[in-house]
Amino acid sequence: MTAAAAQTDMARQPVLEMRHISKTFGAIRALQDVSLTVHAGELHALMGENGAGKSTLMKVLSGAYRPDPGGEILIDGAPSVTGNPIKARAQGIAVIYQELSLAPNLTVAQNIFLGNEPRRFGVVDRDQCNRRANEIIARLGVSFSARALVSSLSLGERQLVEIARALSTNARIIVMDEPTTSLTSRETDRLFEVIATLKSQGIAIIYISHRMEEVYQLADRVSVLRDSGYVGTLERADLSASRLVSMMVGRDLSAFYKKDHRPPDAKRAVALSVRGMSDGKLLKDCSFDLHKGEVLALAGLVGSGRTELARLIFGADRHTSGTLELDGKPVAIGSPREALDAGIAYLTEDRKELGLFLDMSISDNISMGVLARDARAGGFRDFTAAEKRAAKSVSDLSIRTSSVAANAGSLSGGNQQKVLLARLLETDPRVLILDEPTRGVDVGAKSEIYRLIDNLANRGIAILMISSELPEVIGVADRVLVMRDGAISGEVTASEGEPLSQEKIMELATGAAKG
Amino acid sequence: MTDRATGTIGTSDQAVARSRRLRTAFAALGMLPVLVLLAAGFQFINPRFLTETNLLIVTQQSSINIVLAAGMTFVILTGGIDLSVGSILAASAMVAVMVSLIPDWGMLGVPAAILVGLGFGLINGLLVAYIKLPPFIVTLGSLTAVRGVARLLGQDTTVFNSDLPFDFIGNGSLFGIPWLVIIALTVVVLSWLVLKRTVLGTWIYAVGGNAEAARLTGIKVPLVLLFVYGVSGLLAGLGGAMSAARLYAANGLQLGQSYELDAIAAVILGGTSFVGGVGSIWGTLIGGLIIAVLSNGLILAGVSDIWQYIIKGLVIIVAVALDRYRLQAGART
Repeated sequence: MTAAAAQTDMARQPVLEMRHISKTFGAIRALQDVSLTVHAGELHALMGENGAGKSTLMKVLSGAYRPDPGGEILIDGAPSVTGNPIKARAQGIAVIYQELSLAPNLTVAQNIFLGNEPRRFGVVDRDQCNRRANEIIARLGVSFSARALVSSLSLGERQLVEIARALSTNARIIVMDEPTTSLTSRETDRLFEVIATLKSQGIAIIYISHRMEEVYQLADRVSVLRDSGYVGTLERADLSASRLVSMMVGRDLSAFYKKDHRPPDAKRAVALSVRGMSDGKLLKDCSFDLHKGEVLALAGLVGSGRTELARLIFGADRHTSGTLELDGKPVAIGSPREALDAGIAYLTEDRKELGLFLDMSISDNISMGVLARDARAGGFRDFTAAEKRAAKSVSDLSIRTSSVAANAGSLSGGNQQKVLLARLLETDPRVLILDEPTRGVDVGAKSEIYRLIDNLANRGIAILMISSELPEVIGVADRVLVMRDGAISGEVTASEGEPLSQEKIMELATGAAKG
Repeated sequence: MTDRATGTIGTSDQAVARSRRLRTAFAALGMLPVLVLLAAGFQFINPRFLTETNLLIVTQQSSINIVLAAGMTFVILTGGIDLSVGSILAASAMVAVMVSLIPDWGMLGVPAAILVGLGFGLINGLLVAYIKLPPFIVTLGSLTAVRGVARLLGQDTTVFNSDLPFDFIGNGSLFGIPWLVIIALTVVVLSWLVLKRTVLGTWIYAVGGNAEAARLTGIKVPLVLLFVYGVSGLLAGLGGAMSAARLYAANGLQLGQSYELDAIAAVILGGTSFVGGVGSIWGTLIGGLIIAVLSNGLILAGVSDIWQYIIKGLVIIVAVALDRYRLQAGART
């Protein structure tokens, strides 16, 4: 046997085997007989709609959950203890979650060794801490110092700190859950380089993502889960979008994006006119018109000021200068309440932190904006009205839930997003601002949200959509505004027979286009 | 995981609603077994515990704390805290007794006490809601300042009125039920109505659950905060009137010392989350009764004053620890 063949053989030796994993919570089956094999040095993508069981499977792997009897986890071919996070970590399993778990007020080195500090004579050995942290950072080929405060790092850099932390415990299997969700495209490239480095060092990566392009670019193999069960695994050579999508949703998604754009129509009335908006910090003199029945996308890199502009328009933050006109009449908006009363609604990009009341029922969440409108005499709740609204929203928006009395926190991401949308629609908005409406939402719910946006525009609602996904911008919007460094850097429209140009948007967003 | 039926509410809706109600009830009554167990234990030690006379004493003793704890429930549901209720109670009681001394207008002592309480509560509320100071710091300040006001009111002496026109509140009863108990129960029922049946109540839970989301939903968060601190102050004022009516006297220095701690303990024992958004007034009622049963039972059992403190503190910690453990187990379903 040649050395090369031996090495290939070694590489084919699975570093991780999960066999017949099932997990039930009471009467609910969250995982049903799922098996997964991962080899050293491979990037194994795990795909599936929200609620398909990916997170539960990873929680079983990390020891947060114990699988039902009959399931086993083998590491290097040897059965390992299940349901014990500390043991799992010692055996080289590390999970990098969507919500980063770093302490921002500590240094990079302190975070990397948090709870695992190198000691000398019982006290933390700070020099050794920094030296070893620098070694690990060097392995990743990144530029920040081990002594830097985490609060001074960008989101992308923080993610690299998480990866460094995983390496400090000699992790051999790293799980990344939607790692690029909040990264800029440059940071994403950086991350992909790091992933390549990790793979060359023989580390296996389980990569959870909804983004098809990433999976194409990175994955050696892709496994798909659906409805708590295992559907199949595709080798890189066999990957195709239609196959993956049909595996994930079990149905054909040919109408993923809508096809025809509404042609720009000069006669269409202006619904919202924004003039000279500034916030004294990032935003400089932003002006644009939004027409009735139009989907206007606000594109740009993360940090270009899109969310900030939306929040100014909605009155969530104070503007230092600028005016708004709604249907040709000037309006003064100083708070979200005033914006809602004027007919402007805003869907936040961060539904858990800024949107939902996770401990309250779906019905209460949907009616929250119109409780006062529905109230009986004396300020008493009209629960019948709330239930009617909720039932109507559930059927109009295809919210998948067993009951509107269930907590909003029990829903999957896509359905939570629909609940938030339903709450906005109950306020009868004339202008709808959607900030990353499909972030962290599965493929099926995505296409439903696109269809909904289209229907709303057809009903004459003016829609301003912030999105970081270019295919989404191209597929959904009639017209695109691009922001860069707090200002509107240009506009992209579709001309006769010619679709919106992805390249043009990127040029405007990055500043590559001058004049 | 959810049932996959697309966009439908099946017959399971009622079932879920029922199980949700059951769960809420269970969460609210979570401490009921502790209360029953304590009562049974004290009865075993001293058969005088479960007599009509003693139970009336227990409920009477708990009534003022339950009134304070009801107000505290509103505040804690928004994620806040009100440390000033003991001091507000003292100041209101002083006002109640002093007004009761005005010939022919003595009955006005009760509304006067309530208004004084409301006033202090609204000041707390303004500072928290509009100046955006942390509730702990605001009410820690008013804990001290209002205590000073209470002492100032009587020039640091005890004020008496042996002929108190509203003494029936403290010592009378209606159909055999003490007025103190009737008032406390009325406060609990009204609180339940506000919290669970009005728009404002839902807003209170929303503000506690996610204040920023509430603001973006168009809820006037400062008004909601002003309301809860106002209610807490008002009920502390009512507590002052009840206290004055019971004692025929008030002392600005001693009255109501550390009452805020018993009120907070009752709320927490009742399962209301300290970070806000989750909890119920019925839980607070049970929490208040547990504290009263403990005090009374330990006295009947002949436990010394010093040990009473130690045991009470430990019971609170153990009871809440058990509750957390139970909720964690339940959360897995």
